[in-house]
Formats: sequence, structure tokens, C-alpha cells
Amino acid sequence: MADNTFIIQSSPHFKDKDSVPKIMYAVIASLVPATLTSLYFFRFKVLVMLLSCVAACLATETLFLWLRKKPLHSLCDGSAIITGILLAMTLPPSLSLELAVIGAVVAIAIGKQAFGGLGHNIFNPALVGRAFLQTAFPVAMTTWIPPVTLKINTATFATPLGNLKFQEALAQGTLTPIKDLFWGNIGGCLGETSAFALILGGLYLLSRRVIDWRIPLGILLSLTAFTGIFWLANPEKYASPLFHILAGGLLIGAFFMATDLVSSPITPLGTWIYALGIGVIVGLIRLFGGFAEGVMYSILFMNAFVPLLNRYSRPRILGERRKG
Amino acid sequence: MKVKTFPHGIHPPEFKEFTAEKPLESLPPPEKVMIPLLQHFGKPAKSLVQKGDEVYLAQKIGEGQTLFSASVHSSVSGKVISVDDYNHPGGNPIPAVTITNDGQDREASEIEETKDPFSLSPDEIRQKVREAGVVGLGGAAFPTAVKLSPPKDKPIDTIILNGCECEPMLTSDFRLMLEAPDDILKGGELARIATGAERIIVGIEDNKKKAFEIFQEKIQNYTGEVALLKTKYPQGAEKNLIYALLRREVPKGGLPFDVGVIVQNVGTAKAIWEAVSRGKPLYERAISVSGHGIKEPKNILVRIGTPFKNVIEFCGGLNEDADILIMGGPMMGIAQWSLDVPVVKGTSGILAWSAPRPSLEYPCISCGRCIEDCPMALVPTQLAKYVKFDNFSAAEKWGVLDCVECGCCQYICPSKIPLVHWLRWGKEKIISLKKKKSV
Repeated sequence: MADNTFIIQSSPHFKDKDSVPKIMYAVIASLVPATLTSLYFFRFKVLVMLLSCVAACLATETLFLWLRKKPLHSLCDGSAIITGILLAMTLPPSLSLELAVIGAVVAIAIGKQAFGGLGHNIFNPALVGRAFLQTAFPVAMTTWIPPVTLKINTATFATPLGNLKFQEALAQGTLTPIKDLFWGNIGGCLGETSAFALILGGLYLLSRRVIDWRIPLGILLSLTAFTGIFWLANPEKYASPLFHILAGGLLIGAFFMATDLVSSPITPLGTWIYALGIGVIVGLIRLFGGFAEGVMYSILFMNAFVPLLNRYSRPRILGERRKG
Repeated sequence: MKVKTFPHGIHPPEFKEFTAEKPLESLPPPEKVMIPLLQHFGKPAKSLVQKGDEVYLAQKIGEGQTLFSASVHSSVSGKVISVDDYNHPGGNPIPAVTITNDGQDREASEIEETKDPFSLSPDEIRQKVREAGVVGLGGAAFPTAVKLSPPKDKPIDTIILNGCECEPMLTSDFRLMLEAPDDILKGGELARIATGAERIIVGIEDNKKKAFEIFQEKIQNYTGEVALLKTKYPQGAEKNLIYALLRREVPKGGLPFDVGVIVQNVGTAKAIWEAVSRGKPLYERAISVSGHGIKEPKNILVRIGTPFKNVIEFCGGLNEDADILIMGGPMMGIAQWSLDVPVVKGTSGILAWSAPRPSLEYPCISCGRCIEDCPMALVPTQLAKYVKFDNFSAAEKWGVLDCVECGCCQYICPSKIPLVHWLRWGKEKIISLKKKKSV
């Protein structure tokens, strides 16, 4: 090293090893258990669906980066892959591949790139894609097949939540047992079957400090409180909070969708309000709404409040006078 | 014993093992010293010498004229060869007195030992500290005499001696605590007398247990206590340290005076003792020379004005791959472009290593880690956005001026956004806009 040729940079000179791609790939890794259980319950179909969603997301991302004259290396950050996996996880296994691909294109084009790409989207891109499919193809999006492990009449098959809402499962005593909900031996979207696999992935993300613990905790707390009140008041009409937590998309929503870094608040107080709000809205839709499931809409709804929450929940600076 | 701490903060790798076990060595005075007339927070000192003058060791060569200034003294005896702009580790050239060393270390007169330093009045102590040009040795180099002059309406009850040394790699404060604990405590006692405080608290991080044990024993002779603090960055940041030890919050925009506290770095305390007890001006200090890029990392006692080059040579030179040179710690230090800069009063360390390739900057993904870790509870990512889009009034409202530039946010940022740079830029812009307005 010759004299007088040192690198000049602004402090700090140490940096943490974590980076955006590492975080994104950690999220992908955390989805492995859920993907494997999904493969077990729905077999080959899952793989095709996953691959086509990821491929469609990457292709759309490439096209938009090219159109916007942005460097293509941001393809490698892994965020488009996550959108693809998460979207596939929220689709019914019976959905045709064309529709899945349409959903993936909408997710990236309208959900993400239209806002300016990574870091700028207001809504969770995967859920934007899913909401589009739900609205445009309502029948296809609510036609369910049983997992191959269940020998059951396919014609009248419903998800545990659908069963609860539209087939009076509580009165007839046909409510899905908690054990099946936990391990995943139930019908539903690809990724929402096994609660166990989702919790495993969620715990990994928490330990890796990728997601904010306040979000899953806040959602679980408020949903438990909301559904708990009704359950205690009338257990014959309302299902237990545990059923509501394990059934449907609640866990995948609480651990993987609501926790999307970009579309969730940055301040601690804002995060609490956001998480508690999601839980309450899920409860409202499930108990009193027209749909059997409400996780997607409740997250999208609270996403819309994030800029506002960030703005009005600035933490108190050290030494700043307490208000009031 | 319960370990005290503050909320937020980070745990960067420490790398203290390079030098923690190495006793302080004296670096032989170099052949030539360049002594900048500005080595402190405030106005430059006015030169008292001219080219060709003979100077003694410890002779005052620059007079701090205003309150927020400090005098500078010669660190060798010899001949002034120029008084002119010279490289300064702060970045900009600063007028400096260059002296060739005659190698004699001749002093002007016999050293005047103060008979009983503890019986001096507060004013006498302050006067001696001011005369010796003592400044804060933790890095910010705030004139110590000013710190020891709290406003009349703000009674001081506690002197905190800051032995946290929370910056990675630096170990010179640790060595001082092991090798000169009595001088440090005596200096703390003088600060206590000068400010009328009731007690002394020494704060030491729990990665320096050895120092803690020594102080635990020595403190018996004083009114005060030693507190063990969690090893966390920035534990030694003034406002966080005060909160950790006393659960008092320095008000926004205020000073430790406002909560009855004065914080002195342990090295500064030693300098206070030396200044008051034997009139020794601040012409040398302890520094750590460390990092993967230094062949023989050491803790050394070095004369002010010694070129970095001599310091590095004394430590075996640089490794082949060393390509970054830092004055200070890895978190808040200043990158140097050259080895031809002098050690100043605020130099706490000289570090070198091989810098990793700069990583790609990604857009903010709103992960919120900068908020979780900011010791001042700011929202760095939002502040950076405000500054980026010239929205300085919003940045000020959201507290950009409270930023202490500790670097936690940028350290933790997975998008590798130069947050500190943006915030610093915002602070400077706001302050200069205010100055313009007042003119």
C-alpha cells in the first residue's frame, strides 16, 4: 500500500452483515416448512403452481425494470420471488395455472412496480394479486379440493372456515378438529393448511430479527380477544379463538403477510395499532361479514393506514417533554 | 451486582483483544511536531510564537482567547520553523505551529508542585485547567474549563467519570484505568470540588471487569460509587450514560448541567489532576493504535503534534492490505486520506484495516431497525428522507438536531443507506440557515 491513498468515507466505518437480499432469502427459507407440508398434502400440483407464480413475478419485474430503465440487479434481491411464493401460498390448489399467472403479473405490476418498486409499495403485492383474482374470478377462488390425505366427497368440500360459516358446522357437530388444523390435514389455500409449519417459519423469522414481533403478537391478541368475547357469550354459535387462530389464513397472514416490512409501519406505536386493527377486522369479517375468511382484506385495509400511522406515531425523543 | 444500561443501541464486534492486554508505552518524541491551533470544539487559539522562536516543552504557543476555546502548548523543546496551514485530522487544513525537536525536552522552569490541590478554590482549579489547555479526551474535545463552570442557577450534584470506552477497538481508557486509577479519581475529586458536586460515579462497561474491581477498591477514599454498565454501544454517549446511571433525561437541546450532572472522560480526569497538581499542560495523551491493518497494535502515550506516520512506524507499520485509516473509533472516527496528519488532543485512536468493498445501496424497506436501535429514539430513515427532499423544517420538527451521529442506524441498516451522512447534512443545513436568518 502506497502512502496517501486511503479510502475516505463517512462514519460509521463498521456495518452489520445483514442486508436486503439476506433478509429476503431468510423469508424464503422460512417458507420452506409450509411449502413442504403443502407438497405433502396436495402433491405435484403445488410445485407447478409455485414455480409458475415465481416465474411470472420475475418476468414481470424484469419487464418493468427494463421499461423504467432501472438496473436489473435488483431482480436478485429476492423480493419478487417472495411475492411469487406468497401469492401461490394463498391460492386454492384447484386454481388453473393461467389464473395464477394473471395474479402474479397483477401483484408485481400493480401491487409493486406501479408504486416505484421495492420499498415504495403501499400494499402487500402478493395480496394485491390475490385480491384481484378474488374479485375477478370469485368462483374459481373459492372452489376447494381436499388434501390427498383426506378420503372425502369432493363435491361438497369446504374449508374449515367455510364449513363453519355456511354449513352450520357448530350446530351439526362437524367442526374441523383442532388437531387437524394444527397439522394441516384440511382443505384450504396451499400455504394455510398446516399451522405447525407456519409457526415454525414464523419463529425462525422472529429469531432472525426479520419481522417485528409486535405484529404477530398484536394480531393474535386482538383476534383472541374479539372472538373470545363472543365465544364465551355463546359457545354454541361462535367458534373458539383457538379455532380462529389455526383456521384459514390467519397464521400465514400474521407471520408472513402483515409483517411485510415495506407495507407495515416503522414506529413501535404505529405497529401496535396496525396489528391490533388487523386482528379486530379479521374477527369482524369472519363473524359478521359476507365472507368466510377476512385476513386478506383486513391486511390490505390496514396497509392503507400505514403512512398515516407512521406520521402520527413518532416515538418520544430522549429528553423530549412528555405530552399532556 | 446489577448491570445498568440504556434502551436501544447496538452490539458491534468489539476487537478489544488486539490491545487490551498491552500496557501503555511512550512513543519517543518525533523530530518534528505540527501542533494545530484548533484541536477543540470552539474558536482556534491565537499563535503566540513566530518562525525562528525557541520554545520549551510545555510552553504555551497558542492562546485560547474566547470562552469556547483552549490554549495549546508545545509538546517538545526546539525551534519553530513555521506557523502555517497544515493537514488536520478533522479534514480541513488548520493553522499549525511546526517545531523541530532538539531532543532535550527542556522546560521553562522547575515544575511547580501545588502543595495541597484539594484545598484550592473552584476558581483556582478552573484557572489551572484552562491554563493547561485541557479538553475532553473522549473525542469531542470540548474545553474542560467550560464544563467545570456550570451556570449559577444549575446546581451540580454528580460528577460522572466516563470509563465506558464503548467504541470498538479502543482500549487506551481501559489501560489508563488500570495503570493510573489514582490520578483519575483525584482528577474527578478536583472536578467535584470545582463544581460543588456531592459525589462521583465512575461508569465502567462490564467487558472491563478488571478496571471495575480496581475502582471498586479505590473509590472507598472518595464520596461516590462505581457502577457496572452493560457492554453496549453507545453506552458512553453522554446523554445515554446519564440515563443509564441516574435515570435522568437531559432535556431536548439541553446540556448535562440541566440535570445536575457533569460527565468527564477518565482520561480527561487524569489530565485535570496533572494540570492542577503540577501545572502540566495537555501536551501528550494515551491512544490505541489498532485494527487488522496494524502490524503490532499497541496502546501508546504520544506527544500532541506527532505525525500519524511516526505512530504507525512505532507500531510495526501497516499491513499490505490496509486501505482505510481512521482517527477515533470505528463508529464515530474520521477517515484519513494521509499519514501526514498530526495527533491532536481529540485523537483517541488510530486504526487501520482493509475495508470491505462498499455494498450496494437498496431502497429503504421500512424494516424499522434504525428506529429500534437509535439511542435518542429518533426515526433516522424518515429524517433522511426529509433531508433528501430538502424538507428541513420537517426534519427539525422530527428531531434531526438531537442526532448525536453515533452511527447505530447506519450500522444496522440492511439497505446500507448512508443515514448518518444525510442526518449530518441536515443538521449543518439547518444550523447554517438559522445563522443566515439571525444575520
